[in-house]
Formats: sequence, C-alpha cells, structure tokens
Amino acid sequence: MNELLMPFQYDFMQRAFLAALCVGLLCSVMGTYVILRKLSFIGDGIAHASFAGIVIAYLRGIDYYVGAAVVAVATAVGIGFVHRRGKISLDTTIGVLFTGAFALGVFLMSRQRSYAIDLQSFLFGDILGVGRGDLLLILGLALAIAIAVVILWRGLMYTSFDPVVAQASGISAEVHEYALLVMLALTIIVSLQSVGIILVAALLVTPAAAAYQLTSRFVPMMVLAAVFGSVSTVGGLYLSYYLGSSSGATIVLLATGLFFVAMACARLSRILRRSA
Amino acid sequence: MKDVHQHHDALAHEEAVVVRDISVRYDTVLALEGATLTVCTGEALGIVGPNGSGKSTLLKSIAGLLTPARGSIEVFGKSPKSLGPGSIAYVPQVEAVDWSFPATVRDVVSMGRFSRLRPWQVFGSRDRDAVERALEAVHMTDLADRHIANLSGGQQQRAFVARAIAQDPQVLLLDEPTTGVDAKTEEALRVVVRHLVAHGLPVLMTTHDLERVEEWFDRLLVLDRKVLALGDPAEVLASGAYASIREHTHTHGHMRHDRA
Repeated sequence: MNELLMPFQYDFMQRAFLAALCVGLLCSVMGTYVILRKLSFIGDGIAHASFAGIVIAYLRGIDYYVGAAVVAVATAVGIGFVHRRGKISLDTTIGVLFTGAFALGVFLMSRQRSYAIDLQSFLFGDILGVGRGDLLLILGLALAIAIAVVILWRGLMYTSFDPVVAQASGISAEVHEYALLVMLALTIIVSLQSVGIILVAALLVTPAAAAYQLTSRFVPMMVLAAVFGSVSTVGGLYLSYYLGSSSGATIVLLATGLFFVAMACARLSRILRRSA
Repeated sequence: MKDVHQHHDALAHEEAVVVRDISVRYDTVLALEGATLTVCTGEALGIVGPNGSGKSTLLKSIAGLLTPARGSIEVFGKSPKSLGPGSIAYVPQVEAVDWSFPATVRDVVSMGRFSRLRPWQVFGSRDRDAVERALEAVHMTDLADRHIANLSGGQQQRAFVARAIAQDPQVLLLDEPTTGVDAKTEEALRVVVRHLVAHGLPVLMTTHDLERVEEWFDRLLVLDRKVLALGDPAEVLASGAYASIREHTHTHGHMRHDRA
C-alpha cells in the first residue's frame, strides 16, 4: 500500500499532482466549448504563438510565463479581430496568426548566439519542475478562469449553438467570442509547464471529444470531460512516475486511450440498444 | 388557447416597432430601399414578397443584426441595439445550427430564457415553467426529451418557435415559419401566434403562403425591395400589388426540405 502512495512523499510531486489536477479540469471544461465550436486547431495555435512570448521574455529578462501570457492573449484577441473584421473563417485566421507568431519566435531566437532557454521543457512540459510560485500562479489563473466559466457558461453555450438568434435576443456573440478566446489563451498558459507547447492541444480536445461520444446533453458532457481530463492528467503523472516516462507524453497517451475506450463504449451501447 | 381574442379590445395599442425610411445595403446590393412601417402592440403584420425582396433583411434589421445605411428603427422608442436583453425574439428562416450539438428539445427551448437571466441568477422554477408552457403551446411536450437531431423539419421549426415564446419577448420576428411544414403544424403555429397577439405581443412574420393571410394577420405588407402595399389583408389582396407578387412567388417559391 505504501508503495502506491510513494510518489506523494515528495513536495515536488505533491505540487505536480495539484498542478496536474488543475490543468486536467481546466482544459477539459474549456475543451467542451472548443469541440462544440469546432476550434480544435486553436490549442495548437495559441500554444505555438506563445513561443514568441517566451523568447521575447528571455531577451528582455522577464518571467517566461508573463511573456507567454501576453503574447497568447494578444494572439487570441488578434484572432478574434481579424476573423470579425476581415470576414475570414476562424480556422484560417488561427492558421495565419499562429504560424506568424511562432515564426517570430524562431526568428528572434535564431539571431541569438547561445540558447540559454531550456527549450525542451517548453516544448514537452516539465510538470515536476513546478515550483511554489508556479503553483500559486496556476491556482490563481485556474480560479479566475473557473469564475469566468461560471458567469459566462450559458452565454458561451447559446452563442456556440446559435450565435445569430442569441445576438438578436441581446446576448452578444462578439463579446462571448472574445471572452472565450482570452479564457482559452490563459488556459493554455496555465497548462504549458505541465504538458508543453506540442501536447497542450491534446488536453483541450481529447477529453471533451471522449465525453462527446458518450452523452447528448451539454452539462453531462462538460462534467464527463472534466472527469476524463483529470483522470488523464493525474493518472498520467502517476503512471509516468513508475514507468520513468515523460509526464506530458504519458498524460496525453492516457487521454487518447480513454478517448478510444469512450468510442468503443458508445458503439457498444448503440449496438445493444438496437438489438434490445 | 380557446378565447384567443379575449383580451384584444382591452389592450391599448401603442407603437411597438417604428421603421422610418430605411435602406439596407449588402456590399453593392441594395436589399431594402426607403422602407417605412409601423407595428403596434397586439398586432400581427404579415410580410410577403418574392425571394430576394428584402423580407429577411427587414426582420434582421429590426432584430439589430443588420445596420441600415439610412433611416432609423425604433422598438418601443429605442434603437434595436440599445434594447435590454430578451426584448426581441427572432426565428430565422433556415436554422444554420449544428444539429449534432448536445441538446434536447427542452435544452433548446431553455436557451430562450438565457437572455432573461443575469449571469449570477439560477435557472429557476419561473424559467422552467416558461419553458414547459412554451413546449405545450407548440404541442411538443411529449418530444421534450428528444435530441434535436431526431426531429422532422416541422418539429425543428416548432422547437425554435417555442424557444422564442419561452423568451417572453416584447417583439416577435418570424421568418417564414410555415415554409416546409405540414398543414397541422401550420395551424398549430397560427393558433400560438394569434394567442400571443391577442395578449398584446407585436408580431412580424414573413411568408410565402398567400392563401391564409387573412386568418394569420391584422395587416399585410407587400415588399419588393420597396414597400409596395401596406394595409388590411383583404384590401391588399384585392389590389394589383398582390397579383404581381403572386405570379412571382408561384414560379419562384420554394419548399424547404423536411429533415425527417
């Protein structure tokens, strides 16, 4: 029994598990909107764009996460603005802006002689390196986003389903779109340290997509997604401790596994219902 | 639902929607030119005209979804965009929604209440009652728990009308709610609309069906980019404006496909 609790004896592991739980819940709740708005691309987009922020922060000697957050939020707002003013699809806008921001990051870095940034930890995450200050930042941002979800969830859902009619009834599709983009940007920043730039998109998409297989109601979908998300992050971290594997990769693989299990369950229940 | 005209005379009819000389432009196309009309409380205005005559444009402008290049629109004395949330309920012609969205009929009708709730307010018994009443009004109580993907075209239309009713709006805008629905659904919708009108709600509705306009509407507007005629349905029907439009709609009028 003690052996099973072994990972929890270290302070850094406790912090890592708390961060993992936070990130799992947050990403999957926001992921519900991502799936329903068909924005699967956005996680990748904002995460890659934030790379420019990390490089700029390094060059200016400020905190990496502040740099990443500023650029991520700016990119998110920029995506909303170009999409609305340029009458270009959201998908295309994301593609244009995120590659631009990512290239800016690569460009700035390529002009440096030495790379002092630990790129590996940003690309693939370093959840075991979450310090006390990092954890406070994660908890604070997660709380802020959770409050925003509680306040905006109805409007976000209505404008996801039927933006035109929602707008006519006085619920602004534009305001909710910008709010969602900013919330997504902050969610991605919170998650960067845990799973990294490359894999954060999976946490936004996979748990919610798994939940979508199993229910045809909105609130159950969000709750199920939160369960899948937190099981993936906490379980993945736990598994990685014993397997000696990369935590980010293990988390995402577990989420992917859960997705296929959910898909199989959905198929099975359809077959059973048909034969009943 | 029996005594639909019960309160009709008791209500003071005030101006609800005032449209003054509006022109609406899509890029280079002028969709509406110098349209002027007034709709009072407790009045149903029917809007007829060929495809592309600006019927939907007129409704969208009143809903605040389009901004006229010229002229003004007032709904109870305010511009559509400065109205309080929940004032206008709009049922578009073709619902371009994602039918695989995780929602039942009741969930969709419940959305009608969202504009009535402040963010911190809970969806309470009053909201639930409004939703159940709206479902009842369109005869969909027994379908309330069905997923929206499993509805026929007529049922979808009724669900969206129910959502508009649940909102308890000050103005109701219906864009061809009877196109592509069966006779029974159409009659059910007519009874609902007349009931709401009898209780003082101003209703603007576009239609292609010119056969029953006298039963549906108090006044009829014939639109072809400009207002061609506006008045008592019987008188408008008798006028030449109607005849030319009828020619047009019978050749160009289209039916929406049922999704059953």
